[in-house]
Amino acid sequence: MNKVPNNKAWWLVLPVFLLVAFSAVVPMMTVVNYSVQDIFDQSSRYFVGADWYRQVLLDPRLHDSLLRQFIYSACVLLIEIPLGIAIALTMPTKGRWSSLCLIVMAIPLLIPWNVVGTIWQIFGRADIGLLGASLNQLGINYNYAANTMDAWVTVLVMDVWHWTSLVALLCYSGLRAIPDVYYQAARIDRASAWAVFRHIQLPKMKSVLLIAVMLRFMDSFMIYTEPFVLTGGGPGNATTFLSQTLTQMAVGQFDLGPAAAFSLVYFLIILLVSWLFYTAMTHADKQ
Amino acid sequence: MAEIRLQQLAHSYSRDPQGADDYALRELEHVWEQGGAYALLGPSGCGKSTLLNIISGLLSPSHGQVLFDGKVVNELSPQARNIAQVFQFPVVYDTMTVFDNLAFPLRNQGLDEARIASKVKEIAEVLELGNLLKKKARNLSADEKQKVSMGRGLVRDDVSAILFDEPLTVIDPHLKWKLRRKLKQIHEQFNITMIYVTHDQLEASTFADKIAVMYGGQIVQFGTPRELFERPRHTFVGYFIGSPGMNLIPVQVQPGGVGFAAIHLPLPLDLQERLAACSPTHLQVGIRPEFVQVWDAPFDEGFSARVVDVEDLGTYKILSLDLQGVPLKVRLGEDRTLPEGQAWISFPAQWLMLYADDVLLEARS
Repeated sequence: MNKVPNNKAWWLVLPVFLLVAFSAVVPMMTVVNYSVQDIFDQSSRYFVGADWYRQVLLDPRLHDSLLRQFIYSACVLLIEIPLGIAIALTMPTKGRWSSLCLIVMAIPLLIPWNVVGTIWQIFGRADIGLLGASLNQLGINYNYAANTMDAWVTVLVMDVWHWTSLVALLCYSGLRAIPDVYYQAARIDRASAWAVFRHIQLPKMKSVLLIAVMLRFMDSFMIYTEPFVLTGGGPGNATTFLSQTLTQMAVGQFDLGPAAAFSLVYFLIILLVSWLFYTAMTHADKQ
Repeated sequence: MAEIRLQQLAHSYSRDPQGADDYALRELEHVWEQGGAYALLGPSGCGKSTLLNIISGLLSPSHGQVLFDGKVVNELSPQARNIAQVFQFPVVYDTMTVFDNLAFPLRNQGLDEARIASKVKEIAEVLELGNLLKKKARNLSADEKQKVSMGRGLVRDDVSAILFDEPLTVIDPHLKWKLRRKLKQIHEQFNITMIYVTHDQLEASTFADKIAVMYGGQIVQFGTPRELFERPRHTFVGYFIGSPGMNLIPVQVQPGGVGFAAIHLPLPLDLQERLAACSPTHLQVGIRPEFVQVWDAPFDEGFSARVVDVEDLGTYKILSLDLQGVPLKVRLGEDRTLPEGQAWISFPAQWLMLYADDVLLEARS
């Protein structure tokens, strides 16, 4: 049979291509454009090559917030993933209680970021906040505006409060998808509760856990609004994460070149780490 | 190793059962003797799996008792009953290797690794899994996975019984036969009570010494494959076992016997008496297609029937006849000459069964 070469079908890809181009590629190229030039106005621009990148990568302020960002995301994952799994395992599976639990769990997910920040800002205040004042009443010296450790803990607890539900709900759906016969077989095989978790529930939850880890990593790595509202990045620079440093650079100091260079580095870091997570978690399948 | 006795056992999934229809299992009494190979045969939804799960302890019966060697085990878990069960769809522990899968029940029992290794090797050899032992279970094909799930049941040789819930559903036909043989061998080798649930009569009769036929939540007959074939105690057994199933013809009581249309079938005296005593609401005679006698020439005591259709199935032929308005199937050997247009048939008295309200009516012996 002779195949007639006909590549007109490629035209069908055009709408998607245009959509992606205008939603992602073109804006991104603007950033690339800024990152290799020094632009003052439309008529005066100078090509600077990799200068901005060099400057950004050697900037200690960015090193600090990058390190802070990694520690923060690691803490978020280390707390929210196990906690989410534990909550999903203890949630009721049938009846009115399960519906109630699902609704209660979903509530934090529906609250806008800056509202969450405001809630915790007031909730944690040492003078009038329910949490802050109570802690101080109990003799614990707590003040997130002054104490670095307190600020960190508050930002973390706020994130855990806001997002653990997501992990729990994803795991819950993963658990519900396990056929009963697996649990029956495990009972017949005399498996302990730990063995059931380790060999049935955890492996069957893997795909939803992968989604949970990726979402929580990307989200926490890009966090901006909540700590900005809660602590404004302080005390000092203690809770100034990458997004905030970037915003200060781009909007505060109007250093568009370095900010553009850093945006790209930032983007590549997220891409790289997500890829690492993905490969690590799916690799085990291929033996 | 145990004798399993079911006493006045019944089960309903609804919390407040009203009528007989609310019961998945109607009250039944049954004994599975130690060391037997049994099949539980019946159509989908007849309660086979319910009964199996009650025996294994995955389900607690709503009425009656389960006894292992005379001890009531209703409240005991499957672990405590020491039961192995193989399910319809393969259950493997994805992250473990085949070896670890097979070793899993033994490790949970706390056996030492040397014993475990030898037991696993033995079972892997029987099931021909030897060269897969190091492979991760998730990468196996469906029938390899099922062999692994069966292996996990068979690897424990101290169990009270091994229960199989249609274990060969996902297996290729040519492998099915082989695995059934294997199970039979294992049964002979280890002398463990095995109960095998299936809806396939061939599977049941090749595996089991005795078959319990279930229908509508009850065991309607328990017997050897031959007994089920020759003397079905319930019309359902007649219809379900055999291919094609038993011919069942509604009849009326007549002086000296029963009859339909213009045909009279005489009955022995004591059967007539029994029939008179029970006055059933509906009465049927049953005869297997294999046992209908076909004559080459007109025959005095025979009936003339019209040949409607002939199906040649290679090793035998199936004749569809019309006997005075009643459809009838007859199974003929391949070497027999086929009657044309009209056939002369008779019903040998020893193979003619009488069913009063679906239950076999027998002369007292």
